[in-house]
Amino acid sequence: MSSSATVGDLVSQTYKYGFVTDIATDKIDKGLSEEVVRLISSMKQEPAFLLDFRLRAYRQWLQMDEPDWATLGYPPIDFQEIIYYAAPRQQDKKASLDEVDPKLLETFEKLGIPLSEQKRLSNVAVDAVFDSVSIATTFREQLAEHGVIFCSISEAVKDHPELVQRYLGTVVPTNDNYFAALNSAVFSDGSFVFIPKGVECPMELSTYFRINSGDTGQFERTLIIAEEASTVSYLEGCTAPMFDTNQLHAAVVELVALDDASIKYSTVQNWYAGDENGVGGIYNFVTKRGHCRGDRSHISWTQVETGSAITWKYPSCVLQGADSVGEFYSVALTNNRQQADTGSKMVHVGPRTRSTIVSKGISAGHSSNSYRGLVQIGPKAVGARNYSQCDSMLIGDQAAANTYPYIRCQQPQASIEHEASTCRISADQLFYLQSRGIGFEEAVSMMVSGFCRDVFNQLPMEFAAEADKLLALKLEGSVG
Amino acid sequence: MIRPDAPVLLEIRDLHASVENQPILKGVNLCIRAGEIHAVMGRNGSGKSTLSKVLAGHPAYTVTAGSVLYKGEDLLSLDPEQRSRIGLFLGFQYPVEIPGVSNLEFLRVATNARRGQRGEEELDTFAFEDLVRDRLSVVQMDPAFLDRSVNEGFSGGEKKRNEILQMALLEPVVAILDETDSGLDIDALRIVASGVNQLSSVDNATLLITHYQRLLDLITPDAVHVMAAGRILRSGGKELALELERSGYDWVDAELARLDAEGERQPLEVA
Repeated sequence: MSSSATVGDLVSQTYKYGFVTDIATDKIDKGLSEEVVRLISSMKQEPAFLLDFRLRAYRQWLQMDEPDWATLGYPPIDFQEIIYYAAPRQQDKKASLDEVDPKLLETFEKLGIPLSEQKRLSNVAVDAVFDSVSIATTFREQLAEHGVIFCSISEAVKDHPELVQRYLGTVVPTNDNYFAALNSAVFSDGSFVFIPKGVECPMELSTYFRINSGDTGQFERTLIIAEEASTVSYLEGCTAPMFDTNQLHAAVVELVALDDASIKYSTVQNWYAGDENGVGGIYNFVTKRGHCRGDRSHISWTQVETGSAITWKYPSCVLQGADSVGEFYSVALTNNRQQADTGSKMVHVGPRTRSTIVSKGISAGHSSNSYRGLVQIGPKAVGARNYSQCDSMLIGDQAAANTYPYIRCQQPQASIEHEASTCRISADQLFYLQSRGIGFEEAVSMMVSGFCRDVFNQLPMEFAAEADKLLALKLEGSVG
Repeated sequence: MIRPDAPVLLEIRDLHASVENQPILKGVNLCIRAGEIHAVMGRNGSGKSTLSKVLAGHPAYTVTAGSVLYKGEDLLSLDPEQRSRIGLFLGFQYPVEIPGVSNLEFLRVATNARRGQRGEEELDTFAFEDLVRDRLSVVQMDPAFLDRSVNEGFSGGEKKRNEILQMALLEPVVAILDETDSGLDIDALRIVASGVNQLSSVDNATLLITHYQRLLDLITPDAVHVMAAGRILRSGGKELALELERSGYDWVDAELARLDAEGERQPLEVA
């Protein structure tokens, strides 16, 4: 590195998950219509209630307009150019991993998610979703012994239709927003978790989403139900190959926590972000919401968002049960031409509900990173409290950071705190670290992970180090 | 201690440097041997701090002419981090705060970078804690400062002690201390000076940059240099500092005027 190197030099990144797996895929024709919705439902041999759910959502979607309030700029999405269902060609989901196409296992191996028995992480159960379908779920038998159901949502529809029918769409209604309606109409697969009353889930649950096809949208649906006094920690990871076209990812995640239940949901999102000129990359429009339905329930979102060309995502908590707690911890890193508009909504309904929002945005290159959050305290939320902290870090002088906090309070005995800061990695700080023998890139990485520490501390231990490495990788540059 | 046969550690030859195209250093010459303590004095704007930043490799400064040899090797082609690893140390006048980065972890990474260069094994967290607790005594620093972010919320005196602690850990060959005495009360000054004295040996050298005699009452220099208008105007023994204390810098103006008349001095103003 020469002394003329600047922080800006660090912004070019390498994406090591950009490969495509060459595997025969069953796809339906591109385009969206009621026929396509019916086709997806019939291919999946779904019960009538689910077809009705999809059709209702589709009809609602037709009446809705694409939201344009976010600080995001992108050409209009042509929803008729997208393929709504793609699956690697294999017969049914295999009873044993030994029967799964070795190419698929190899793909997940390359992604650092070994599914084969002997290499599994000892205390993490994984559901691997490839394009539109779940191909394998590990540790199912061990979990079943505790009464924990962990499977793909398609299997849950077959095996536990009563649970799906009771909870699906109760947190995020089909007409909640444009992308949630689209997802409700065409969702293909995703994960389903049910933790029965009083059970502490014995291991981390994890879903790994992999987009492989180039022209396919991914619409996964995740539903997690924690019954009374149960506990679960869940992590999702995401990657996609490098294509020079944009791909749409519109997921819906619903969490339900009953009395005294606790759900911790962590995301490490590393979808392909496009190249340094902003060509290609995933459009990530995601609706994630948790419902603290029971008293003293607890839902915690932790997200590390590093990928996607566009991120539109506001993991939220509806705090209905008395004394329930919602938390949101977020690191969003944008680089090159990436755009992120992300944050959280905390809706306080019940008395003495508490929420915490800690958001760390890092913008490098020509990227734009916005925090958008809502804290709403309803008239019955006596004694509700919220604390929000939104910090932005700018790297280089071409990046943008915005903060849009919305506060609506209808309860005079509530307490709301909001802190915000913006900082820049200064040349003097870098020089200080360098003058102590610490290389330029390591110095940047130290400062970035220091900035994010409050959030990384919330991640499950197995993944905190991963997240740290991921950020370092994202900022790794061609300095030399 | 001046020993004419001691090896030369740092040799600055006709060094010119500028910042934002504004020339600041205009021909600095200085030779420092092992075992020596040098003091560079001068008014604000004379180029003292610039000299220290150029030696440490601050990217905002451009060397326009001259050379610096460290143990006979070219120093100026090295990155700041390489300079530190081979044993050059800059104690900052204003140490920056780095929120979120643990002081202990920062000290450990820095120490290991230097150890790696010397072919020594890296210290893990536990071994390093033993070492750092030992070195804390050099500056009588409270271990609580290890658990905080680098310099964040430290008082002026605490920041300077943290600088000397880094020096104690990195064991530099040439330490440049840029106005380490500024902003210190007399007790803190004594502690910092005592730290510098403890770390000084026949194998290393120290370059003190200071305004005031009071630091030199506590650390006895072997040589004193007076900087003005980007060069060393006069050099002498420790008595030169005492003379400055008595008579001030007025003679500097006369000297500069004489040099101007002789046409030897570069004009200060630049179009």
